[in-house]
Amino acid sequence: MNRFADLLDMLAFTPSRNAKLALLQDHFRTVPDPERGYALAAIARDLDIPAVKPAQLRELISARMDAELFGYSYDYVGDLAETIALAWPEKGTARAGRNDAPGLAEVVETLQASSRRDGPKLVEDWLDRLDAPGRYALLKLVTGGFRMGLSGRLIKQALAGFGRVDVNEIEELWHGLEAPYAELFAWLDGSGEKPVNAAAAPFRPVMLSHAIDAGDFDKLDPQDFTAEWKWDGIRVQATSERGVNRLYTRTGDDISAAFPDLVDAIAFDGALDGELLVARPGGDGVETGSFSDLQQRLNRKTVTAKQLCDHPAFFRAYDILQDGLYDLRPKPFLERRARLESFVAGLDPARFDCSAMLDFNTWDELAALRADPPFAVIEGVMIKRKLSPYLPGRPKGEWYKWKRDPFLIDAVLMYAQRGHGKRSGYYSDYTFGVWRDPGELVPVGKAYFGFTDEELLQIDKYVRENTIERFGPVRSVRAGPDKGLVFEVAFEGINRSTRHKSGVAMRFPRISRLRWDKPPGEADRLETLERMIDGAE
Amino acid sequence: MTPRPEDLLIPRREGLYCPPGDFFIDPVRGVDRALVTHGHADHARAGHGHVLATAETLDIMAIRYGADHAGATQPAGLGKEIRIKDVTVTFHPAGHVLGSAQIAVERNGLRIVASGDYKPRPDPTCATFEPVACDVFITEATFALPVFRHPDAGGEIQRLLRSVSRNPDRAHLVGVYSLGKAQRVIRLIRDAGYDKPLYIHGALQKLCDYYESQGIALGDLRPATVESSVKGGFAGAIVLGPPSAFGEKWARRFPDPLISFASGWMQVRARARQRGVELPLVISDHADWDELAETITAVAPGEVWVTHGREEALVRWCEMQGIAAKPLHLVGYEDEGD
Repeated sequence: MNRFADLLDMLAFTPSRNAKLALLQDHFRTVPDPERGYALAAIARDLDIPAVKPAQLRELISARMDAELFGYSYDYVGDLAETIALAWPEKGTARAGRNDAPGLAEVVETLQASSRRDGPKLVEDWLDRLDAPGRYALLKLVTGGFRMGLSGRLIKQALAGFGRVDVNEIEELWHGLEAPYAELFAWLDGSGEKPVNAAAAPFRPVMLSHAIDAGDFDKLDPQDFTAEWKWDGIRVQATSERGVNRLYTRTGDDISAAFPDLVDAIAFDGALDGELLVARPGGDGVETGSFSDLQQRLNRKTVTAKQLCDHPAFFRAYDILQDGLYDLRPKPFLERRARLESFVAGLDPARFDCSAMLDFNTWDELAALRADPPFAVIEGVMIKRKLSPYLPGRPKGEWYKWKRDPFLIDAVLMYAQRGHGKRSGYYSDYTFGVWRDPGELVPVGKAYFGFTDEELLQIDKYVRENTIERFGPVRSVRAGPDKGLVFEVAFEGINRSTRHKSGVAMRFPRISRLRWDKPPGEADRLETLERMIDGAE
Repeated sequence: MTPRPEDLLIPRREGLYCPPGDFFIDPVRGVDRALVTHGHADHARAGHGHVLATAETLDIMAIRYGADHAGATQPAGLGKEIRIKDVTVTFHPAGHVLGSAQIAVERNGLRIVASGDYKPRPDPTCATFEPVACDVFITEATFALPVFRHPDAGGEIQRLLRSVSRNPDRAHLVGVYSLGKAQRVIRLIRDAGYDKPLYIHGALQKLCDYYESQGIALGDLRPATVESSVKGGFAGAIVLGPPSAFGEKWARRFPDPLISFASGWMQVRARARQRGVELPLVISDHADWDELAETITAVAPGEVWVTHGREEALVRWCEMQGIAAKPLHLVGYEDEGD
């Protein structure tokens, strides 16, 4: 348990992506089976064990310590599992004088073999045998409470790096494998054959595009390309095989459970690439909801009847990868597209349609279409080579995205936070605000990129010279109508938010220009942002 | 008539006051006569008329504030009784930092021990804490919650050294307070067998020199200046400095620094994250929860007064043991030592 606990701690405190990859790979290299496989499953949230409820944990601790002392401790720490892990009395427990702390594999396998009712009793015994980091890992494991900020993609990249294989191979295999992944590790170690994917409806690695540069158009002949709208939903893959229907994100995370309305409608044998949207057929075709409508359905494990009714999930198809027994990926795009149209014609029109093709002869004509999209939920155009096969990853010269211009606002720097790693000595993470009432700035977002190294030095200097308060690594910066630093902030979209004081949340905000010339009093007002939301809805 | 403890020591705005001896213990502002438990800035201030403290604490005050920090100074030997008016005071080791002491105050058969900051576990850089029998024990409560159980400091140093060997391209910046923690962490690193140069921020230099002069060997210490940086500019090096320096321009000389912090507060994850710490090391110069309880049990006082920290939890524990206890509200003490 201790190596797993160490891994969790280090992952939690390590900000850099590369360092996280290194930690995971180090763990896979040094920890034997089945321990490393269970660690992988626990981190990837792929572990199915009977959960222990917070109320049951409270009962365990209240049998061991004074309720008032526990109350003071919980108030201070703020996290139930962490408080219990730290405060669990060690005096007179089995741990004293014995060296038989349970390993991760023992914990997982015992839990899997026992009933839900036995959970608390087992946990109590293990708490007595573990040290504080081990107790913390155990409690997070049994409450399912990992919030590590690790994406499925990152974990698969760690595996790929460890085994020196392509990440697409891992993605393809992933859903056919089960904890503790002995076969997978044997292959990655070089001591076994590549596992055969036994799962029905596997994920197929997706094809991605490059952002187009202004200079690219001269080199590309419009006759070689098709174009369609780029919809502002999330890119997904709908697939079905042997009666198993699945919906995957573009990184291969299985999100079927959150979209039963759509998944039930996957009445075909094959695999489609498309955009997940909230939409329903109306009077003049399909009425497509905004990204914030879609957000009502995202990041949920389960879904209520009301959500299903108010925000129905819809699949706008871009491509077809598999039709029955035929793998269509090597075929040219236009051939796949023709197949796609006839395929989708046979599906439920309340759940599926085809992304429309745009009619253009020159890049200027396409530019005119892009400048005036028919729906606010369109975020640009996609340009695809007519002859392109469907290739996993981001191949060069095949597909391009040409996004609409970002939204821009002028906002005032309010707080700056010290960065990590190479930016440790610099204030590089910025919170910026806009005016609400005269004289009142309200924070609307955070950005930590978009500026050059040279500009970072200038902002850092400004922050140090204009600090009014310090809280740990954060500095509050002078910001008033006459004194302050204005950023031009670019962002891709804006939604209402109940989590933020300002009531708005931006997507992908970044600093696009420093406006040293602009008096902060002339920065944007919150109403401007609210109007942008109204425009998008 | 049995004397009342409240007549012997009583909290005042300046600090803990002894009316029959007319002196203060660890006053937070200038007074005529001060008794000082140890050299941390929240306990030892400049500007007193007369200071009584251990020789080491007086040296440390002189290093920090200049030789003229007080009108007059008087060294107190450990275990030696000193008469102040009709009060007897005795200094006993507190195990917190070099020179730290508990102060026993006695009059007419009533003894109160003001323990200042203390830790009972052994520390290679200072004399070990001694429990002193008394009627009233005044204890700190910096880490007085059951969640604070400091692990073995040697194990924490091993975590640091493992991280250093795992990250040969990065400089480890270890946050340590300049008095006590810095020298203890350096000594522990040496005890773990690490004999490469350690690089220190300028704020640590004088106190490290002083510890050396007192016979505490710290090995090869070098200033963390750009000139002293080896080829590769501190890659793989351990650098120690006050945590406040890590947000300063000083930190820019290090390649992709990995921020660490040696403090009892690092026990709680949210505290570590708030400070942007990547490698929290739970190393404290204060008693943890179990040690507070063990110390009170060993001292077996008639009454416990609890000050600076989480008083309510320790008072509650005393109540559960049937020991009379009350919080003593003293203002102005921070956690400089941790």
